[in-house]
Amino acid sequence: MNVNRFKELIEICEKTGEPLDKVVLHWEMLDTGLSPEKVLSKTRFLFKVMEESYEKNKGKTLKTLVGLTGDNAKKMMEYIPFAFSGEKVFQAATIAVTIAESNASMKKIVACPTGGASGVVPGVLLTLKKYGVEEEKLVSALVVAGAIGKIISIHASLSGAQHGCQAEIGSGTAMAAGAAVHAMGGSPKQVSDAAALSLKSLMGLVCDPVGGFVEVPCVKRNAAGATLALLFADMAMAGVQSVVPLDEVIDAMDKVGRMLPESLRETGKGGVAATPTAKSIIDAFSKKFKMET
Amino acid sequence: MPSILEIIGPAMIGPSSSHTLGAMRISKFAYNLNDGVPDEVVFYLHGSFQDTYIGHGTWLALLGGICGLKTDDPQVARADEVAKKIGLKYEYKAVDLGNVHPNTVKIVTEKSGVRHEIIGSSIGAGRIKIISIDSIECDLDGEYPTLIVENQDVPGALESIINVLSFYGVNIATMQLKRESKYLHKASAMIELDSTISKEILERIRNMDVVNSALYVNAIVEE
Repeated sequence: MNVNRFKELIEICEKTGEPLDKVVLHWEMLDTGLSPEKVLSKTRFLFKVMEESYEKNKGKTLKTLVGLTGDNAKKMMEYIPFAFSGEKVFQAATIAVTIAESNASMKKIVACPTGGASGVVPGVLLTLKKYGVEEEKLVSALVVAGAIGKIISIHASLSGAQHGCQAEIGSGTAMAAGAAVHAMGGSPKQVSDAAALSLKSLMGLVCDPVGGFVEVPCVKRNAAGATLALLFADMAMAGVQSVVPLDEVIDAMDKVGRMLPESLRETGKGGVAATPTAKSIIDAFSKKFKMET
Repeated sequence: MPSILEIIGPAMIGPSSSHTLGAMRISKFAYNLNDGVPDEVVFYLHGSFQDTYIGHGTWLALLGGICGLKTDDPQVARADEVAKKIGLKYEYKAVDLGNVHPNTVKIVTEKSGVRHEIIGSSIGAGRIKIISIDSIECDLDGEYPTLIVENQDVPGALESIINVLSFYGVNIATMQLKRESKYLHKASAMIELDSTISKEILERIRNMDVVNSALYVNAIVEE
């Protein structure tokens, strides 16, 4: 089974009538030699760690390494009942920011798919759990998220330093949207539509962290990723299709990533990182920590 | 192809897989080489590691690794206190290591009078590459138990070392060979193994006539 495209996974599901998560687990076994039980139990462990990092840090003021963020999740949590965008959406954004701020504060998180984008997938999955989706369904949704991420990593990249933020928040959003569709009972084709719509919306997003650190704008982009993922999951469930299929969108994202100049690939030299405010913050920070040779 | 578990994981201490997880794994390699926490350590930071070691928490990750903490242990964020409790002396210095990956560190340790020096790069997504051990060039990812032998460059030297391993039923995964000096008849072998080896096997290899010195580093295992 020499699979490396999402199209092939959909075909196998259609031919065999097996659910997407089962097909992914078999693909994984042939690829890595790990049994489906082992992969599933490790995935369950990762889901638990996601839950833990949210439960331990929610509603807290966190002290991040550079100190540019840390109390936003707390503010958001208190505002959930008033959110005009809706309780569920704002809940997902709040969880995403909680985990992203925890990541920036050296807390234990799950790098799904990276530290910088670690809030998006839990933002979506833990919100689904809060509103009644069973945990086992969410664990299998996380397996599906893994398949989407794996295909992106094979044909493009999951690294901001290589392909910009579209590869981190963009990929995280595609993974979360596909996972949400799976958890909502959508078909493999609908999973791929939600992922494709996500990647298309975030295509070209640059990686421009202030000072090169995982705080501004990374933390708040996690909120954007989680809300977009829920939106595209709903659109796919409504029957909206992506005109361009997921595999081709991934190839396009790879090409765009290769065209991005170095200043927009995690170097802290372009985008918002190159603004006067960002520069003055970083000057003040680096003066405090000068190293001797 | 990567496992989906590497895509949706691992569990780690934030904020960045290359600056915390990768840094920790390099340092864990040095911990394993010392077979425990050393008495003293100096971290020589190169490139981007030097610019961002505070803001990315790299200094704590390195310290956590050399103290033997697990890569998802919340104590990593307080590794300075852990080091203090153990009594480990540590220091950070800036260095230019030349044409290497931007995220590279040289770790010099001393334990009971024995000095070791490794150079490692964090090459992305938490993966690492050890490029030098005690000045012997190499290319290791820390995923296998590794035997590092400096041997005499004479016929049959390697064969006799391998015979010892096969006698004890240890399978070789990969092997990297190098001639260190033709004049001094010195060569080195980095042997990655499928299983760990005991102190007895290591001593037996060290006592061989064709072996000048031998080191052993356990794999960086995370469960």
